[in-house]
Amino acid sequence: MFKRIWGWIQRFSSPKHFYSISGKMIPWFAISAIFLGVYGLYMGLFVAPTDYQQGESYRIIFIHVPAAWMSMFIYVVMAVSAGIGLIWQIKLADMIAAASAPIGAWFTFIALVTGSLWGKPMWGAYWVWDARLTSELILLFLYFGYMALQSSIEDQRTADKASGLLAIVGVVNIPIIHYSVQWWNTLHQGATVSKLDKPSMHVDMLIPLLVMAIAAKLFYAAIVLVRARNQVLYRERNRQWVRELVEKL
Amino acid sequence: MNGSEFSWSEFFNMGGYAVFVWTSYGLALVMVVANIVSPIIERKRVISRIKRAIRRETNTGKAG
Repeated sequence: MFKRIWGWIQRFSSPKHFYSISGKMIPWFAISAIFLGVYGLYMGLFVAPTDYQQGESYRIIFIHVPAAWMSMFIYVVMAVSAGIGLIWQIKLADMIAAASAPIGAWFTFIALVTGSLWGKPMWGAYWVWDARLTSELILLFLYFGYMALQSSIEDQRTADKASGLLAIVGVVNIPIIHYSVQWWNTLHQGATVSKLDKPSMHVDMLIPLLVMAIAAKLFYAAIVLVRARNQVLYRERNRQWVRELVEKL
Repeated sequence: MNGSEFSWSEFFNMGGYAVFVWTSYGLALVMVVANIVSPIIERKRVISRIKRAIRRETNTGKAG
């Protein structure tokens, strides 16, 4: 039984199989990301009411919070994939991890910059060294570290091992980011959506926020597959099936 | 946007926070475009690199 499941996992995680399946999935992720993104922007910019405390400046939330969520979500995906690659030697997992890093770094950058642009009018400062902001900045450096190890080590297996180890160790930063607003006395506001009781947010603000968050996840799904396919082509470049496929392109 | 008639100039003004709000949305747009364009460029580069390798090997008579 175990052997059957293992054989099944290996077949479906074969780069060749992944390449053809993912090619069919990308358009669906992309189309749904566009639809939800446009709907979320419309709801967030035109339908959601003005905040009684922050005025219109709060509309940055529809970019800032989904980006911050994605920065952590992608990191966990990357670390879990890297872990699977390290333990079970599944090449596809290493490729997913490598494909995720630049996207995660982008989302982290957007979370930091939009947070800064929101902080200036609300707190009076673009940057403060508080726990939430500092741990998010460390997340950006973890992504950079992963990418630097990937690109600087010539041997692919060594590169995957070194960068994967960094990704796994860096996971400790994720709960720190999440709980930083409770553990330390921070300027950054606490959780509004993921609280156990009712979220302290108007439903007309909550809906566009969640729609944008789902759109961001779908966007990541589409882009990570495109990037992982590039990884497949590059890493399997000496395989017969890749050569036959490339010659047809 | 304050319940009364909708006006575009009021919309773009964002209650005086236009710079902060629109810079945020603009950067998000840049991020989306960059993340679409860069893997497409990368794909083209990888494909042309593999094609070059194949051509080199067939020219020198080595088997792939």
